[in-house]
Amino acid sequence: VTEVEGLLRELAPQVLAALVRRYGGFDTCEDAVQEALLAASQQWPADGVPDHPKGWLITTASRRRIEQWRSETARQRREETVALAEPPDPEPVAAVDDTLTLLLLCCHPSLTRPSQVALTLRAVGGLTTAEIARAFLVPEATIGQRISRAKQKLRGTRFSLPEAERPERLAAVLQVLYLIFTEGHTASSGGALNRVELTTEAIRLVRQLRAELPDDGEVAGLLALMLLTEARRPARVSADGALVPLADQDRSRWNAAFIAEGVSLITGALATAPVGPYQLQAAIAAVHDEAATAGDTDWAEILTLYDLLRVVAPGPMVTLNRVVAFAQVHGPSAGLAELAGAASDPALAAHHRVDAVRAHLLERSGDAAGAREAYLAAARRTLSLPEQAYLQSRAARLG
Amino acid sequence: MPSSWGVGACRRGRRRRRADFDILREAFVKYVVLIYGNPGSRKAWEGMSDEQRAAGLAYYQQLNDDLDASGERIVSERLAFPELTKRVSIADGTPMTTDGPFAEVKEFLAGFYLLDCESFERAVEIAGLIPEASFGVVEVRPVMGLHGPEL
Repeated sequence: VTEVEGLLRELAPQVLAALVRRYGGFDTCEDAVQEALLAASQQWPADGVPDHPKGWLITTASRRRIEQWRSETARQRREETVALAEPPDPEPVAAVDDTLTLLLLCCHPSLTRPSQVALTLRAVGGLTTAEIARAFLVPEATIGQRISRAKQKLRGTRFSLPEAERPERLAAVLQVLYLIFTEGHTASSGGALNRVELTTEAIRLVRQLRAELPDDGEVAGLLALMLLTEARRPARVSADGALVPLADQDRSRWNAAFIAEGVSLITGALATAPVGPYQLQAAIAAVHDEAATAGDTDWAEILTLYDLLRVVAPGPMVTLNRVVAFAQVHGPSAGLAELAGAASDPALAAHHRVDAVRAHLLERSGDAAGAREAYLAAARRTLSLPEQAYLQSRAARLG
Repeated sequence: MPSSWGVGACRRGRRRRRADFDILREAFVKYVVLIYGNPGSRKAWEGMSDEQRAAGLAYYQQLNDDLDASGERIVSERLAFPELTKRVSIADGTPMTTDGPFAEVKEFLAGFYLLDCESFERAVEIAGLIPEASFGVVEVRPVMGLHGPEL
């Protein structure tokens, strides 16, 4: 990311919020801001960054917005459908909380999750449609359609938000930011040169959100979870592109600064805020990250945290990951019995991860043939190419 | 002509079922919808009146427009009939081609959609809007990705 790109992405939500406050109409303002960002990305590297970059962007975007409005008005007059176009209707919104307000709007419940993700990255993240498309490995037209359709749907939606809806809408925002992070958390290393790092973008957006909601435990928990996960990234993939399981990672390559910040965040949040799923997941990640070797991992602590997570946010993957921790504490045979119980959940019955966990436990209990079969069964059902390669190589080793 | 052909079916397809969010779910997945033809579907197509054929094509156009508007269609194509199939094999390092049609083939790939949608359920819902589904020969398959889970 160049300096200008970084600055533009940081200013994008502020400029958009300023425009929406002044003129109303999220969709047309968003178009105008995109044009201003594009102009800046072309002019600033050559002419230098203006003294007041935010003011420059607001002025440029306002000009575009007014031009759009004029041509729209002229078109409507020609068509004689509307005698007088609606005058700009600024909606009074407090000047603070810009990022939060925009995030809540982009994650509006009328939009599908993929649309919320695309719109958030563009309107709040300041990314171009082309950058988003490359990051998700889909054609630019697909993302472009998704964004323009989402903006159409939001036309007429109030910029501000009723207080009662806020907790639910904030939960959607956290999910969208987490999805952006997990999408970026890929094992692909080659061909990534032109791709925006979605993990970096997600962390940046959660930092902005946290600046506006410093006391929210789940926002802090989400940021901690991302940092504690991202910290392990340098060790997750080997030089030849293969996934390295947590137990085999070179821990000296983990990012110590991210770990320190993540641990401090989650410690603070757990001490002061009501507990939530992101905090619990961050706490689990912290236990892993704080172990000097895989053998030092405090699995009893992790199992306790999964027991809590199962109450706070039950789900098939939580059930399954808890079994992994359970087997580490109580041994592979007890783990296999626990797994049989978990696999009776219809949501897990046909999931490849059940076979993968079973394979590991069978291998640990000395049943090489059973383990090999379970690894291959898992390999046939996964949707991840790196995971498939990993499972096949585990099976081959037992060959 | 299958009774589901019509804009009404398309509109119904827009309804979204939001899967419960699992905080440990995996990354976005693309889906391919494979549309197979067979002697039955071919006979139905060949036996249509001009109006029925036009209505069928208009239905597909509407479906594609809807899926473009929602940003879910990456690409879709209709394939030529199997008469134009060429099979390629390599014998002694030399590519050889054999021309179709191949008598043993009862079902043939007639077209496909590549979708980028919210869930497997949604991909199945879209597949159900494809007229050939009335003949029982539409398949949905997830596309493999590079996302790597924590191991």
